[in-house]
Amino acid sequence: MRVRTTALVAVALSAVVAGVTTGCGAADMTKQASPFANAGGAKSVTLSVQSWVGAQSNVAVAQYILEHKLGYRVDTVQVDEVPAWDALSQGRVDALLEDWSHPEQEKRYVDDKKTVSYAGGLGVTGHIGWYVPTYLVKQHPDITDWRNLNKYASLFRTPESGGKGQIMDGSPAYVTHDKALVKNLKLNYQVVFAGSEAAQITQMRQFAKEKKPFLTYWYTPQWLFKKVPMTEVKLPPYKEGCDTDADKITCAYPHTPLRKFLNADFAKSGGEGAAFLKKFRWTTEDQNEVSLMIADQKLSPQEAAKKWVDGHESTWKRWLS
Amino acid sequence: MATVSTPTTSAATRPALPAVLRRPAARKLLALAVVAAVLVPLAHGHFGSGAWPHALTVDFSKPLADASDWVVDHRDTHPLFLYFFGHISNGVVLGVRAVYLALLALGWAGVTALGGLAAWRLGGVRLGLGTAAAFLACGALGMWVPTMQTLALMVVAVLASVAVGAVLGLGAGLSDRLDRALRPVLDTMQVLPAFAYLLPVVLVFGIGVPAAVLATVVYAAPPMARLTALGLRGADPEVLEAVESLGSTPRQRLLTARIPLARKELLLGLNQTIMMALSMAVIASVIGAGGLGDRVYQALASVDVGAALAAGIPIVLLAVVLDRVTGAAGRGAGDSDRPGAVGWPYALAAAAAVALAARLLGRLDWPSGWTLDIAAPVNRAVDWMTAHLYSGVPVVGGTADWAGHFTTWMLDPVRSGLQWLPWWSVLLIVAALAWLIGTWRTALTAVLAMAAIGALGVWQPALDTLSQVLAAVAVTLVLGVATGIAAARDARVDRVLRPVLDVFQTMPQFVYLIPVVALFGVGRAPAVAAAVVYALPAVVRITAQGLRQVDPAAMESARSLGATSRQQLWQVQLPLARRSLLLAVNQGVVLVLAVVIIGGLVGGGALGYDVAFGLAQGDLATGLVAGAAIVCLGLMLDRVTQPVERHAKKGA
Repeated sequence: MRVRTTALVAVALSAVVAGVTTGCGAADMTKQASPFANAGGAKSVTLSVQSWVGAQSNVAVAQYILEHKLGYRVDTVQVDEVPAWDALSQGRVDALLEDWSHPEQEKRYVDDKKTVSYAGGLGVTGHIGWYVPTYLVKQHPDITDWRNLNKYASLFRTPESGGKGQIMDGSPAYVTHDKALVKNLKLNYQVVFAGSEAAQITQMRQFAKEKKPFLTYWYTPQWLFKKVPMTEVKLPPYKEGCDTDADKITCAYPHTPLRKFLNADFAKSGGEGAAFLKKFRWTTEDQNEVSLMIADQKLSPQEAAKKWVDGHESTWKRWLS
Repeated sequence: MATVSTPTTSAATRPALPAVLRRPAARKLLALAVVAAVLVPLAHGHFGSGAWPHALTVDFSKPLADASDWVVDHRDTHPLFLYFFGHISNGVVLGVRAVYLALLALGWAGVTALGGLAAWRLGGVRLGLGTAAAFLACGALGMWVPTMQTLALMVVAVLASVAVGAVLGLGAGLSDRLDRALRPVLDTMQVLPAFAYLLPVVLVFGIGVPAAVLATVVYAAPPMARLTALGLRGADPEVLEAVESLGSTPRQRLLTARIPLARKELLLGLNQTIMMALSMAVIASVIGAGGLGDRVYQALASVDVGAALAAGIPIVLLAVVLDRVTGAAGRGAGDSDRPGAVGWPYALAAAAAVALAARLLGRLDWPSGWTLDIAAPVNRAVDWMTAHLYSGVPVVGGTADWAGHFTTWMLDPVRSGLQWLPWWSVLLIVAALAWLIGTWRTALTAVLAMAAIGALGVWQPALDTLSQVLAAVAVTLVLGVATGIAAARDARVDRVLRPVLDVFQTMPQFVYLIPVVALFGVGRAPAVAAAVVYALPAVVRITAQGLRQVDPAAMESARSLGATSRQQLWQVQLPLARRSLLLAVNQGVVLVLAVVIIGGLVGGGALGYDVAFGLAQGDLATGLVAGAAIVCLGLMLDRVTQPVERHAKKGA
């Protein structure tokens, strides 16, 4: 009985406390930090992680340096890019370290609402394309031109592709025009969505193990190229503005310098942590090195980051100056 | 849904006489045929047959996209957000933060001691030791901080669910009219696959803890409401009369008699709510809930089954511990003069002492050296399995071949069959099935739900999802009923199965996703496989329990008549357990649907992919329409398989 009453009192008390602290005046939806941030008086940073391994590598190294060199407590939350923009604007996460170009979000949050601010380039350039495994190119050297893809459609048939060739797309979070491309280039292919990068990688490795043909949407930088060598299929070349009408696209994907964004308040008053994240800039090779450790050697992101940090002092020292 | 309520009422109903059964069924079918004869030619003439007619669809994409933009643009300025949602959101953040800070302040030793001692007081020494061991295991797996984050989230989500559920249940328990009104609402809330309604919460609250907590409340409050109402209604009338004769006011009667009398149901409601909330912990990680669910989700991204398991095991442990502890509290509620109530102050003091000692020693964080790496061996095992089973196994063929055959011979024909059927005939079939098994009301709900899917403009993908559900349910039932029979007839099988089922039922669905892709490739087959694994335990349990509850007298008389074991099974046990079997079908369907949708993440396509797409791209138009269609599909499937009078059983 006593326990029950104390529990009741505790609940009532916490309700009152919550009411008093939040009940008066307006609530600010742009200041909604994660409840796990800054716990126990530690300075903390919340980083958003995207589902692909390259993004995990950025975060792992940033987290390691924040924790071990700058004394922060770091929280990570897995969010896809578009929702991450929204989370940044609300202050639920402090940083997005690898953005693959979202002009609409940029205009809304950076230019109009000014709740998110640009924090420089990541140093890595991203490129999306269609890829076939290199062992397949050795058998059919002309397969790397989109004009010849129809000739080989039957090679790529799977139970899911309904008699056509299968082109495998990945996570729903990714920028893709593949459905439109297949239609506009009159290709006898069916876009099959693997639904997540994990599923896509797993499937590609299974195919590669048996040297089976496959055609996939894929991107660089990516650690998997070291394990499964792949060659890009030439699509009609990219020209500025050829991808403005998403339904009429007939051109390849552009090369995108990847960029970082911070919550605007954090960028202003985030101290050492924010200054470090703004300076954080590395190369494709660096990122791949960490990614390979995480995804292939199955090191935990923190172990992988430690290994990289131990071996590249000159690089990260620059970020802290 | 991780836990499934099993029927507690005896399934020993009389076998219905065939003649009696046949007549109303025939009448219903006849009536339906008459209606069809009038309406079908009209519909066919007007809209044609084939897929759902375009004239009957409503395009929601523009208004939904506008609504989404409006919310994002006004979230920082509009009073609705500043003075209402904003406070809810802040309240949740503060609450979770307070609990989290308290747990961190206790330190790992304090939390373990407190958990163990509380469990000891409520359920005895063994439970206490088990609980402490479970907490230590969470730390040893390197998951201490995420476990505390999940625990903090759970505490707040469960408190909120219990508050909401208790208020609703109180209303339903005291007013008949409210009870009638609430019942379909609660039914619906329990049938909805959680994945489908994450998007609207995210839109209003943004990614993160508040959205996760609110989505959890929607999911976890119904059992509390249902059991509160049940408890209040079931109070002994004689006691109530006695209290009334003492001249007490209605309020006093409620507080001093009805609520204490309903304590058992209330605690059972709490137990169910906790289980449902925990099963949401992982799904909510898709919208940034953090904690253990997020670790599972992140591990998924790097195709790391071992790490996913390391984060999944603490969830299972938390579920088992909380289930046992609340279960023990519920049982203890019956006998009021339980010994040892004096132990509480000592227990609390001991916990406080441990926490203080740890604090003074500066050992609040889990020591970094004390972790056990299970990821590497698990990954090696998974690699070995996929390397040897994926293809080229002599005679039986590899799992990839099976998946291919399953897709070509089962999924494809069912899908093309469903999509080939004229739209009105689908509605007729749904109506007939729902009416045969339920009342005209269930039939009407089912038909309207199916029609809504067409009106939303996602008829084809919905039938694709439906085909996956049907295939998965077929496999689940074959395997589940067979296993259930084995478990019911042999106590040894049952003993071996029980812990396995426990684990499968509480293990987060996301943990299965990567192994099934590794075994079955990308596509609909792995989605179906994951759904089967997830739904199987419920079907096995309900079947076994139903068979065991068959009236022993009936079995005895069958045996004395010289029936063989097989005859007993087919002619006595199975027919007598019909109601349980129907419930197994119903639960199987609902659980399968929940996972088939998540299968969108491994190539299942259809509605599940659209929901994932909506979440990933912030595309309300696609995501919400698909979510609504899933909800309708769930409603339809539930009604079509819903045995009458289920209300009294579900959640109890």
